[in-house]
Amino acid sequence: MKFALSPEHLDFGASIRKLFESGSTAAAVRAWSAGDPAPGRTLIEQLAAAGALGLTVTEEFGGLGAEPLDQIVAFVEVGRAAAPGPLVESAAAVPALLQALAASDPEPAQRWLPGISEGTLSATVGFAGRGGRAVAVDADRVDLVLVTDGERLSTGRVGEPVRSVDPARRLFVVEADELIAEGPQVVEASAAGFDSGALANAAQLLGAGTALLDASTDYVKQRKQFGRPIGEFQAIKQKLADVFIGLDLAEPMLYRAALTTATPNRARDTSAAAVACADAAYRAARAALQVHGAIGYTAEYDLSLWLTRVTALRSAWGTPDLHRGRVADALRAGPAADPSGALT
Amino acid sequence: MDLDLDDSTREFQREVREFLAANVPAQPLPSMDTEAGFEAHRAWERTLAEARLSVVSWPREFGGRDASLLEWVLFEQEYYAASAPGRVSQNGIFLLAPTLFEHGTPEQLERIMPRMARGDDIWAQAWSEPEAGSDLAGIRSTARRTDGGWVLSGQKTWSSRAAFADWAFGLFRSDPAAERHRGLTYLMFPLDAEGVTVRPIPQLDGEPGFAEIFLDDVFVPDTDVIGAPNEGWRVAMSTSSNERGLSLRSPGRFSATAQRLIDLWTAGADTGTAARDAVVDAWIGSEAYRLHTFGTVTRLNEGGKLGAESSITKVFWSELDISMHETALDLLGAEAEEASRWTDGYLFSLSGPIYAGTNEIQRNIIAERLLGLPRGSSR
Ligand SMILES: Cc1cc2nc3c(=O)[nH]c(=O)nc-3n(C[C@H](O)[C@H](O)[C@H](O)COP(=O)(O)OP(=O)(O)OC[C@H]3O[C@@H](n4cnc5c(N)ncnc54)[C@H](O)[C@@H]3O)c2cc1C
Repeated sequence: MKFALSPEHLDFGASIRKLFESGSTAAAVRAWSAGDPAPGRTLIEQLAAAGALGLTVTEEFGGLGAEPLDQIVAFVEVGRAAAPGPLVESAAAVPALLQALAASDPEPAQRWLPGISEGTLSATVGFAGRGGRAVAVDADRVDLVLVTDGERLSTGRVGEPVRSVDPARRLFVVEADELIAEGPQVVEASAAGFDSGALANAAQLLGAGTALLDASTDYVKQRKQFGRPIGEFQAIKQKLADVFIGLDLAEPMLYRAALTTATPNRARDTSAAAVACADAAYRAARAALQVHGAIGYTAEYDLSLWLTRVTALRSAWGTPDLHRGRVADALRAGPAADPSGALT
Repeated sequence: MDLDLDDSTREFQREVREFLAANVPAQPLPSMDTEAGFEAHRAWERTLAEARLSVVSWPREFGGRDASLLEWVLFEQEYYAASAPGRVSQNGIFLLAPTLFEHGTPEQLERIMPRMARGDDIWAQAWSEPEAGSDLAGIRSTARRTDGGWVLSGQKTWSSRAAFADWAFGLFRSDPAAERHRGLTYLMFPLDAEGVTVRPIPQLDGEPGFAEIFLDDVFVPDTDVIGAPNEGWRVAMSTSSNERGLSLRSPGRFSATAQRLIDLWTAGADTGTAARDAVVDAWIGSEAYRLHTFGTVTRLNEGGKLGAESSITKVFWSELDISMHETALDLLGAEAEEASRWTDGYLFSLSGPIYAGTNEIQRNIIAERLLGLPRGSSR
């Protein structure tokens, strides 16, 4: 039993953080929203060069064959930086989906995953929910659009734009174009893709929440009112302490979910992590805005990039209601067989 | 990173599970806050001690079995899952014992620990005073030097189980001229000593769960000083994070409550999404705390220390405990008013944000020591 990130994980996370800190990520996010993807693409290329995009692609398909936990470490940093682009889709959801499908048909995985791992091919995916409409992020800027309604997997045709609350998330309705596969194996593959995306998304939320807490802490130490730093006031302290508690207790839920992706508890643990990380990030966003006062409410100030991102990501990969429902189903079904003694 | 257990740990877990299955009383014991219940719980401590399961993490020579921190966490998990009786010895085992292991003399360890392990002596914590709650350094009870020892005077209060306990430990002002946090001495005294008067105080549930202790020139020999005289604050603080963090409130307790809540929910009619969400959040909270604890165990095993971090979990578990019980009362509907294990648990959970350092104080500690916010004028 060793339930903590290893020095290798910490180094890997630090290297990705550095990558985002050295470029001007905030400017890239703004450019991405405003219609200029070039700075964002540069960032994505650097991420690919750091090996962050092909982490969970097996060596067979040109990736690194790393553990889901490595991917989580990377996505916490993606979230901390509020980086733009279809990263969850390209690096987590599509690889998981195509690799699960490869058990019955390896061709799509062979065709697309090596490019994704290298960073030469970007992908997005839309899951058709109730009402049949599928929406995919950055569908106009990627090389591959996938659409699944759970039973059929197709390439997607880009339709109407849909405005996201986060301007850096460029959403489009996508419609099924050419059929890739259908049947029970697609049901399973779509579920694997969705869970992988939801978990990477939860990691992003945790990273974004941490960035919001850091920004808040820095701000309240230097902003003065009544002749004192506002961080001296107990109302501010107690609020930020609660943010810290929420993030600190959400983190192990995320790690556990990364450790159980290959078990029957995958959906339960992914959803539990999604709920815990979304709640913690949301609390961080609310507190951050409050302690910043009016400046936090402006689009000019960079804090807004995280505030709208957290709002969007909270429901982008399943609403809190959907995830709580999935946990509830698992709890009603009774305790599942747990692979590790510590968990029973 | 993994959550896997090695064979010997699994074996320990199995032994504990089997012992509890065979020995946990079928009927819950009467409340330990009554005289009869207190003695019944003392007898249970002896049963545990005979199986060397009363203080698993202690050294063997004092009645333990040198269990690792991980084994201790798993022991607690099994213990609560089996609905085993509450630990009437907990203040001694979890609050005093770590202090003595760190600061006690060999004579003290030999004299005190085996009796504590068997429940022969049950200990009360005598820290709080009427004028010194959150501001513990404001204590006024005094220890006056005399031949071969000290003379204690003053008043302690809110002392859990002191109504029936045998001994108490607490801080006394030994140098009135010194600065507030200095000049305090950490001492132990028998609750039946000459000059000690214990007045039970009924808690919200009506039982005498705590007591005030009046000390009127009580003699205590030098051998009952913990650590050096006038160094009491430092001695007491070196282990006080135990109370908030790991040891007093092991995650097993909350996992067990979450499971009972799930059982209550699944046994009932479909109660809609509000109740569903509350049950799910209870489970997520209990899992978060449990997994967080495995992280803490890993950190401690690698040489880390438990410091201000225990304030994080203190606030978290105390609020979780209340919300789980509130959810249970909601699920019980019209029956919620009827006294039950859930209402008992609910009333007790309400004290969580108060004892072991109030949650307001813990949040200040988090903000100042972990987030580095300025201290300001509040404290
Ligand atoms: C069930 C139970 C069991 C207990 N068992 C024991 C025991 O065995 N031994 C023992 O010694 N004590 C025990 N206590 C006492 C406990 O430690 C104290 O109640 C606690 O330290 C708070 O002190 P107080 O009650 O005097 O409240 P006060 O310190 O008077 O606080 C009252 C309120 O003011 C707030 N407050 C105070 N200072 C600040 C500040 N600086 N900033 C913000 N808010 C502040 C507090 O958070 C609280 O909300 C027990 C208490 C309970 C409820």
